[in-house]
Amino acid sequence: MPMEKSLKRPALLAGVLIALIALPAVADATGYAALTSLATRVLIYGIAAASLNFVLGYGGMVSFGHAAFFGIGGYVVGILYQHYSLGEPLFGFIPGTNQLLITIPVALVISGLMAALIGALSLRTGGVQFIMITLAFAQMLFFLFVSLKTYGGDDGLIIRRANELPGLNMRDKQTVYYVCLTVTVAFFFVLWRIVNSRFGNVIVGLRQSEKRMAAIGLPAYRYKLMAFVISGMGCGLAGALMANFLRYASPDMIHWTKSGELMVMVILGGVGTLFGPLLGAAVFIVLESILASWTENWQLGLGLILLFVVLYTQGGVQGLGTRLFGRRA
Amino acid sequence: MTPVLNVQGMVKRFGGLLATDHVDLTVKPGEIHALIGPNGAGKTTLISQLMGELRQNEGTIELDGVPITTLPTARRVSMGLARTFQITCLLPDYTVLDNVAIAVQVRQGHSFRFWGNVRHEHQLGESARGFLDAAGLGDRAGELVANLSHGEQKQLELAVALATKPRLLLLDEPMAGLGHVESQQMIEMLRGLRSQVSMLLVEHDMEAVFALADRISVLVYGRIIATGTVDEIRDNPEVRTAYLGEGDELC
Repeated sequence: MPMEKSLKRPALLAGVLIALIALPAVADATGYAALTSLATRVLIYGIAAASLNFVLGYGGMVSFGHAAFFGIGGYVVGILYQHYSLGEPLFGFIPGTNQLLITIPVALVISGLMAALIGALSLRTGGVQFIMITLAFAQMLFFLFVSLKTYGGDDGLIIRRANELPGLNMRDKQTVYYVCLTVTVAFFFVLWRIVNSRFGNVIVGLRQSEKRMAAIGLPAYRYKLMAFVISGMGCGLAGALMANFLRYASPDMIHWTKSGELMVMVILGGVGTLFGPLLGAAVFIVLESILASWTENWQLGLGLILLFVVLYTQGGVQGLGTRLFGRRA
Repeated sequence: MTPVLNVQGMVKRFGGLLATDHVDLTVKPGEIHALIGPNGAGKTTLISQLMGELRQNEGTIELDGVPITTLPTARRVSMGLARTFQITCLLPDYTVLDNVAIAVQVRQGHSFRFWGNVRHEHQLGESARGFLDAAGLGDRAGELVANLSHGEQKQLELAVALATKPRLLLLDEPMAGLGHVESQQMIEMLRGLRSQVSMLLVEHDMEAVFALADRISVLVYGRIIATGTVDEIRDNPEVRTAYLGEGDELC
């Protein structure tokens, strides 16, 4: 059984990766060019959902404010672009930029710092209070950006051109897709290492019993905070990619409904699994597109499906697949 | 000789209730000191305060002569304090081996290591296996904790506590819920450990207490009413009334 598992899983992953690499070509050939854009969104939301899942599923910290970091990532790209295009430095001394190799690291750092700040305060509580405090911080940021008229306020910030990457034409949707795919693969590789590391071990331990972890001598707070920061950075990365893909950053990225959507993706895909959230993001976005083409009230259909998943699958789409095909994915 | 544990004047109040009432308690090196008392006497509360899970209102605690009164739980554990839980408290989704290995991992230092696969670290597994074998759980290493019997969970509690390499072990009713044979095994195991680690043993099973303890303290309504050797406690009239079956309350 372990032998079988150890062979099956890399084979499955390789198959999915090949399919993802071939996707734009297939989409063009079959005349569904929109599929590439759809897949790009799935990858980006997959990164965000998997980041949330790191604290929620692995660490047992139910954050309802992760859209904050998603939005910060987006606004980093947007604000740097605005200062670049206007030619006036931020705070008078930080020059703007349109280089992806600069904006992404900056987005990671800023979202990480914000996660450290929000986490440091929120993690002093637990349970329902933690949910409410993370939600409150995200809504504070939401209203901050709504009122920031310099950066578009309510209307958001239009980024006329996606960030540049040396040697690549980022105006091409397929190129953007491949950039996102590369980042996604790298992200999941890093996440996989972290989840199975000593650090991941104590985080999963803390979810199971904080009391037990304290009794073996673990100072929980600093580990939870670090997990929260890593998770926030992942969401910031996704936000930066999303701003490049949509060429737009808006307060909607931070709204609590976005936090909810990320959570729905995690639950749909499978809480506490590595690739479940990516799968959940795919299901969510495909359902959103299909249902929205039928009816304006597509959330109703999605809600019913979510209800089914929660009540009957025991572990999301991934758990369902495992039981249907007898595969430990 | 400096006692391993030295508690002076410990007081814990919950509102109007005095859960710990000026308790003085010492555990000498190599000693098994049993703490007995009727239900609700405040035994588990006392252990929680010693571990730092609850903060006492008054009093001082010293471990090997070093004050630990204000230290957080994690620091106390790293200094050599460990406990087992009356109601078993383990990591249910992990295997038996994982439960012990994570205790070894935490003892080895900080866990801010993000890259290597923890389950491929042989020395962690080896070390954990040693503690499992000693606890008689060697052949259950790969089992999920959720699938263990109650007795096995109690054994695992002990193995995890020992994996932190304690100087003083606080045992909160290690025999509770065990059958006669399992109790006998547990007694044998604890007896075998007395050369390595001092123990504060909270227990209702009088057979176990009399078989193991060097000294016994009797806790009633948060107050220690007597401390002495097994024979002294057995013959103490006050204790007999309060606890050993001549009062209303049975253990």
